[in-house]
Amino acid sequence: MSIIEFKNVSHNGILHNITGHFSEGRITTFVGPSGAGKTTCLKHINGLLSPDSGDIFFRGENIAGMDMIELRKRIGMAFQSAPMIGGTVYDNLNLPKAIFGEALDEKRAVELLDRVDLGGIPLDKNIKSLSGGEKSRISIARTLVNQPEVLLLDEITASLDYRMVKEVERLILRLQREYNVTVIWITHDLDQARRVSDDMWFLRNGELIEFGDASFIDHSDNPLIKKFVEGEEL
Amino acid sequence: MTYTQLALSLIFIAIPLGLALVLKLGLEKDIIIATIRSIIQLLIVGYILTFVFESDSPIFIILMIMLMIAAATQNIIKKGDGIPGITWMIVLTLIIVETVTMGILLSFGIIPFTPQEVIPISGMVIGNCMVLSLLFLNKFKDEVDRSDETIELILSMGGPPKVAIDKSLKSAIQTSMIPTIEAQKTMGLVQLPGMMSGLIIGGADPMEAVMYQLLILFLLLTTAAMSSVMVGYMAYPKLFNQKMQFIGLQYRSQ
Repeated sequence: MSIIEFKNVSHNGILHNITGHFSEGRITTFVGPSGAGKTTCLKHINGLLSPDSGDIFFRGENIAGMDMIELRKRIGMAFQSAPMIGGTVYDNLNLPKAIFGEALDEKRAVELLDRVDLGGIPLDKNIKSLSGGEKSRISIARTLVNQPEVLLLDEITASLDYRMVKEVERLILRLQREYNVTVIWITHDLDQARRVSDDMWFLRNGELIEFGDASFIDHSDNPLIKKFVEGEEL
Repeated sequence: MTYTQLALSLIFIAIPLGLALVLKLGLEKDIIIATIRSIIQLLIVGYILTFVFESDSPIFIILMIMLMIAAATQNIIKKGDGIPGITWMIVLTLIIVETVTMGILLSFGIIPFTPQEVIPISGMVIGNCMVLSLLFLNKFKDEVDRSDETIELILSMGGPPKVAIDKSLKSAIQTSMIPTIEAQKTMGLVQLPGMMSGLIIGGADPMEAVMYQLLILFLLLTTAAMSSVMVGYMAYPKLFNQKMQFIGLQYRSQ
């Protein structure tokens, strides 16, 4: 069943007439060469950008008419550089609550750390002392505070070493099963996309070339996809 | 001071000019232009002030203040790129800061409404307001450029623009105010401030000069705080649209 649907979405010369959907409870990866419009596409899903023309629907409702705060609480996003706000581990986990003047229960904060395999880290630890991999997992834990229905991941493993990449992949796969959350994941690593995807969107120059079950990436007749898989320049 | 003495003071221009020529610093043209401009501008101001002081008319005082605001605005137009409408925000800030500070000074009788008091103090208030606004703006733009991902992170969680920009805004306000506060801490120890020195050279009693200087210091602190806070709170909404999206700085060249 489709949870998010793009209908003829264009944006500022970056996205061109994109029509496609994402299925609920599955992991969809965005793949394609640099400059394909993957991040722009992702930002449209939780309303950080809006289409110049076309519509995006979340559970059948046009997001243009939805309350932005509500939409963004239901669609969480983790950024490439896992930006932190300084302070402690708790301060960063608490951010989604603090911005509304609320406080995250400490028990829940510890539980979230456990969920992302950081159970041993004290809540009052300075965030600057954490490694890149730990920050990446804090960033993922933070998106879970609002119990989102959709999780958007923008190249979250791009700056991690191979071991950490595999750990974060396992974590996302586990969280997806536990929370039955829909995951939409940008990756520049085709092997990673093959490992984690149920579905795929292949974008090039702001156009959606093909989407559907991830197996298409290795069996498509489309010459562009074949060239991309072969590692040739598009 | 006589015109002969003033002419002799040009020796102090000859020294940097000579150094620039010998060391080939390429600054000769700038030094000459700066010298000629300062002579012409200050002589004109001198004649205008003499006229305004002699006429003792409130209309000329107000005209003089408007001229200062116009000159400050002219300077800002060149440097206010990146935030739509920023020039008008700073002009509004200049007018409000001048009105509030002068209103307090005059209504409490701290200074009398005479051109000798109102015009120099207004000059210092407007000049400081202009410098602080530009200082704040530079720092704010740096902060926004550096923190754009954190701003989008907070927006992506449903946070309102005010919360998303709060850290950048406050950091820029703090940074732009620090030089004024620090200068105030060392005032009189490291250097005698300009106004006080001027009064003493002019023959005023040193304690009288100190009291005037303290008044100016307090005024400058108010000006610094009001300028950066006003410009900041007027400018930040321009970085977002109605859909709570971050549109960032918009340079004319783009």
